[in-house]
Amino acid sequence: MGNITLKKVSKSFGATTIIPEIDLQIEDGEFVVFVGPSGCGKSTLLRLIAGLEDTSGGSISIDGRDVTGEAPAKRRLAMVFQSYALYPHMTVYKNIAFPLKMAGEDAAVIDKKVKDAARVLNLTNYLERRPGQLSGGQRQRVAIGRAIVRQPSAFLFDEPLSNLDAALRGTMRLEISELHHQLKTTMIYVTHDQVEAMTMADKIVVLNAGNIEQVGSPMELYKTPKNLFVAGFIGSPKMNLINGTAAAKHGATTIGVRPEHLGISTTSGEWKATVGVAEHLGSDTFLHVQAGDVGTLTVRADGELGVRHGETVYLTPSPNKIHRFGADGRAM
Amino acid sequence: MARAVSTRRKIGFTVAAWVVALLIFFPILYTIITSFKSETEAIAGFSLVPSGTLESYAEVQAQSNYFKFFLNSVVIAVGSTILALLIAIPAAWSMAFSPTKRTKDILMWMLSTKMMPAVAVLVPIYLIFRDANLLDTRIGLTVMLMLINLPIVVWMLYTYFREIPGEILEAARMDGATLWGEIVHVLTPMAVPGIASTMLLNIILAWNEAFWTIRLTTTNAAPLTAFIASFSSPQGLFWAKLSAASTLAIAPILIMGWFSQRQLVRGLTFGAVK
Repeated sequence: MGNITLKKVSKSFGATTIIPEIDLQIEDGEFVVFVGPSGCGKSTLLRLIAGLEDTSGGSISIDGRDVTGEAPAKRRLAMVFQSYALYPHMTVYKNIAFPLKMAGEDAAVIDKKVKDAARVLNLTNYLERRPGQLSGGQRQRVAIGRAIVRQPSAFLFDEPLSNLDAALRGTMRLEISELHHQLKTTMIYVTHDQVEAMTMADKIVVLNAGNIEQVGSPMELYKTPKNLFVAGFIGSPKMNLINGTAAAKHGATTIGVRPEHLGISTTSGEWKATVGVAEHLGSDTFLHVQAGDVGTLTVRADGELGVRHGETVYLTPSPNKIHRFGADGRAM
Repeated sequence: MARAVSTRRKIGFTVAAWVVALLIFFPILYTIITSFKSETEAIAGFSLVPSGTLESYAEVQAQSNYFKFFLNSVVIAVGSTILALLIAIPAAWSMAFSPTKRTKDILMWMLSTKMMPAVAVLVPIYLIFRDANLLDTRIGLTVMLMLINLPIVVWMLYTYFREIPGEILEAARMDGATLWGEIVHVLTPMAVPGIASTMLLNIILAWNEAFWTIRLTTTNAAPLTAFIASFSSPQGLFWAKLSAASTLAIAPILIMGWFSQRQLVRGLTFGAVK
């Protein structure tokens, strides 16, 4: 089981409030991603759940048991750190076995569990190596192995992929998602990368300055962002946010149109624009255009589109895909 | 790009390094040479070629029991080092991993005690030792040397511990390690190189300490420093004998230093270059 409930949890360091009172419910077996820009308090929130930081107020309960004042090890949670935090003086085997040894498990049980975890994570051939002799991806797998063997109520991941190169990050992302399907254990994953959040999560928690801006499934956040912050943060390339007369025409202070929801034509359309930089990705082309009063916009067009720098194009937003925001930044 | 160094410059640096090293080592070298001379040769004037006689060593051994002093030195140096480590490891741990606003001040204060001239506290310490019946005892000297070197030991360990990433200790905490488990299974093994060089340096410092060891001992607990001092006797200076005694006193620590020089250099420059 891995139900985690946060009630009015807050955290301050001296006079600085990192997290004002927040409530959050995480269901058993969910893959929850905390996402937000640097310094938004997502790692602090994870560390509060882990017990590595003391809360300044509120309560945290796991499966109905209040764990607010309990030591990290008593919470039955396992954590994977950004730096992997492997024990450099121990072999892979001993690293994975460490939590079991601390729990006083029988040597035979430890051996079986370590070998099982190593098989799942393709580490069987590396058990006698030390972390220093492994690649980044392998080290990350050892860190995950160390977390798996404890059979925790929930896994906590603190930006686990940010030290890996882009290709490996993609592979590890899939591996972690696959692991979640196999284990069906609650996972809380912290990242600043919204692509990781969108691709992995069952539920995304968008944080900004310690506040929860919105909680929902990736598609909910994509389709119906509650405010300008979520609208600008979720989606890649970012949503175009337009103020002024173009927004007023739709009865809003700001309107948002995603780059993929802008129709492009060389003959006619709602907004006339001049093509700036065109980024050709093969499957898609991202056009950065200057549309007069409307401002600078990003357009996601077909990969085959043959427009050049300085050419004139016409853009038309899909009418039912326009997001309207009021003066307070909230969706209307 | 690496800077190209001309051969002539290289030779110049090498020669200069050898000259400096020889200058520093010369007093020790000359002591060793003199120890293989007879007393007549020793006072005859400067000469780098000894006759090779061992009579000074024989006399030194006949006059006082070298091994008794040697044993005292070993017990005091090793004992005070172990004691200092037992106190300094937890102290440095708490200062490195749970620092408070005052941690830096405490470290500075500890180091400041080393700035005080030892002679300033000679009388009170002597009286305390006398009243506690610790004069001329190994235990008294062990405690004394431990206290003298403790600030340096804490400082060195603090520096090593600061190099260990905090996340690893947090991982251990998540993995169910108690505070003791964290220190025994994770921190100490990771800090072994640092602890080893601290230990070696402390043994050398304790071995060479002369001020307190000479003043707080007479016969029973007297270490090798007192052994050397006993040869600068009122009957006059016997250079060859004094040199033989000095050579005997420094030989063990010199040999130990030679074998552990790699560890020592690594330890002393630890953290300087990342």
